[in-house]
Amino acid sequence: MSVPQYRKVAALALVAGLGISLTACSTKSDNASDEAGGKVTITVDCQPVGAQKELLQNWNADVVEFQRQNPDIIIKSVSVGEQCNNPPDFTARLAGGTVTDVFYGYMTDLQQVLDSGQAMEITEHANKDSVSTWDSVDPALKEVFTDGGKLYAVPVKNYSMGLVYNKVLFQRAGLDVNNPPKTWPEVRAAAKKIAALGDGIAGYAEYSAGNTGGWHFTSLLYSQGGQVLSEDGKKADFNNPMGKQVLQNLKDMRYGDNSMGSRQLLQWGDLLTNAAAGKVGMFIGAPDTTQAIVSQFQGKFQDWAMGPLPGQDGAAKGTLGGGEGYFFKKGLTPEQVKAGLKWIAYQKLTPGKGQFDYVRAKPQNYPVGLPQPLLFANGSEAQKQEFELRKANANLDTANFALFEANPVPIKGEPRNAQAIYAVLDAAMSGVLTNPNANLDALLKTAEEKVNQLLAAES
Amino acid sequence: MAITTAPGTTRPGRPTSPYAPRPRRAGLGRKLRDNLTGHAFLIGAVLCFAVFSWYPMIRGIVMSFQRTRRGVTTWVGWDNYLRILDDPSFWTAWKNTFYFTALALVLGYAVPFLVAILLNELRHAKGYLRILVYLPVMLPPASALFLFKFYAYDPSEAGLFNAILKALHLPTSQWMQSPEMTMPAMVIASTWMNMGSAVLIYLAALQNIPGELYEAAELDGAGIWRRIWNVTIPQTRLILALLAMMQIVATMQLFIEPLILANGAGAEDSATSVAYLIYQHGFFQNDLNGAAALGVIMLVVLAGFSAVYLRLTAKQD
Repeated sequence: MSVPQYRKVAALALVAGLGISLTACSTKSDNASDEAGGKVTITVDCQPVGAQKELLQNWNADVVEFQRQNPDIIIKSVSVGEQCNNPPDFTARLAGGTVTDVFYGYMTDLQQVLDSGQAMEITEHANKDSVSTWDSVDPALKEVFTDGGKLYAVPVKNYSMGLVYNKVLFQRAGLDVNNPPKTWPEVRAAAKKIAALGDGIAGYAEYSAGNTGGWHFTSLLYSQGGQVLSEDGKKADFNNPMGKQVLQNLKDMRYGDNSMGSRQLLQWGDLLTNAAAGKVGMFIGAPDTTQAIVSQFQGKFQDWAMGPLPGQDGAAKGTLGGGEGYFFKKGLTPEQVKAGLKWIAYQKLTPGKGQFDYVRAKPQNYPVGLPQPLLFANGSEAQKQEFELRKANANLDTANFALFEANPVPIKGEPRNAQAIYAVLDAAMSGVLTNPNANLDALLKTAEEKVNQLLAAES
Repeated sequence: MAITTAPGTTRPGRPTSPYAPRPRRAGLGRKLRDNLTGHAFLIGAVLCFAVFSWYPMIRGIVMSFQRTRRGVTTWVGWDNYLRILDDPSFWTAWKNTFYFTALALVLGYAVPFLVAILLNELRHAKGYLRILVYLPVMLPPASALFLFKFYAYDPSEAGLFNAILKALHLPTSQWMQSPEMTMPAMVIASTWMNMGSAVLIYLAALQNIPGELYEAAELDGAGIWRRIWNVTIPQTRLILALLAMMQIVATMQLFIEPLILANGAGAEDSATSVAYLIYQHGFFQNDLNGAAALGVIMLVVLAGFSAVYLRLTAKQD
């Protein structure tokens, strides 16, 4: 073959190859709605990743057993990372229309999911027939996933924040491990004693970056009885004595007592990494933070306990709550929705099965006995069953969480447009934790103006 | 001078290559057939650019004039732009980005040039030093930044930089926790990570400068600075201009440094860059349309810089 001909062939082959590649890229490879042979196939995300060995085994075993019990349903599991809803990935999947048929989301994601046009209404489908424990599921949680009277997701987890503390450090600092601080002045005193242990240990640690600072500011503000936005949601409502008290408490610990460690600008993983390394005495978080400390950051369950969120002079007036659920992708057939609900009912909402299979979880390195997920309504049959099973199979000392459970604090949800507001409030948190001369009034005023600007722009 | 042409030979100016276009009237189809190989090779590159560069760019511009709510997309004119201009972080992000760009021009632009001159002057171990300078480029940026974050910029006295400052009896710094130090710290890390490539390009340019120019300068009694000013810089001005442009375009897209070193916005928003703000709007605030508008604004600004560059270099040429 002459050189020019050879080049022509090579060029044509290149073009053909590219064409095929692009065609392959643009072809929908995942046609999960195939119902050939009478079988219904659904894709479900949030399958644990390989690093979460036992959780992955449990999930896969659940799929096998579920399919055995329901031979007409095929579950295709999709793993989307250790953190099932990493906001950037989640947003990309929503925008690209690549969410699975049944997809995981946070309670605060409802508006985003609706705006993306990816979710379908399931009001008619979710009932006692499709989910046997449906009537036991806390109605307040269903309400969170409801918009305009229409239900868009099934709640599968619910949490609220309290004071998480390291018992070992409490003991070393001469503090009573069974009597954690109940007020912020007590937290300050305890933090000072713990920090005095030296070795880079922070008595109390707090977030101030990646929007997590604003998230925790909100919970701290709730503990003071405050709210982030006015009742009508049109104005910022934290530039007041309660907001200032939140920052003052942090400033006193950070620079008054030097009890918060030198490294700031922490976000979720940073703080928990330090906690797992035994460098944090106290922080605020939900019960499952202890699970993350153990399973993701190699800490120990027995080191950790929880009390209710402290208040300023007595019990906290409120705490931040949140949770997660499963949405259904728009365009599913009624059979697929039914199959999805059946799967969620099996894996997430049945005492003794899936996430509530405490007998299976007991010998594994995952906690049984944590006071969550608070899914079922008080006094409901499912709640009783779940509680009994949890008590019978606890692999951690439930006494460590008894104070948290016995002293419930009123739960408040996140504000509208939470992430944008948290990004603004991060600056106030980072300001007070990195600048010894921070002017609290100025920080709050700046944040207030910015949030008001945001709200005005939104409207 | 008259040109004589022997019979059977081509006349001057006529194509002699078998691949050159033949001199006959041709329609578009004919031209395409004649240049099939060229077009076939070209189509791959064009497709790649079209799919991965031009289409997203056009889509971004279109999105910046739309708003998607409840799965319904509507045209909203300039609303997204007005909303973005009202974003309280908008001007902070631009101020921070320009500050970083300016600092990077001073430090990140000048240092590699000086290092290249130094390396060029060396007689021994030039190759080893070149590798040493280039090594950080081979380190993944995220790893390099984590090294800075956890070891160099540790605000305690255990931090590498603070330990050095302490040993020199100088005051230590809070580094990324200080709003004043955030940008200089990011520029230091960024320069360390990226200077290797620039040094190699400068070195190549320096080695192309004829030695006799330096010899002549030396004979005229020029010292080292005079030689740099009168010989080195004029002889490398095109490369200098090109790298300056590339530096501005790259530093204006500052993203990974704030994301890793400052966990995002940094102390009191001191690290918020325009690219990070785009990321916040697009991926955390359910505002892809606002993010697109901000992206278009950035595109326009960078296009402005590019236009200035093209004008300047055109004049130089």
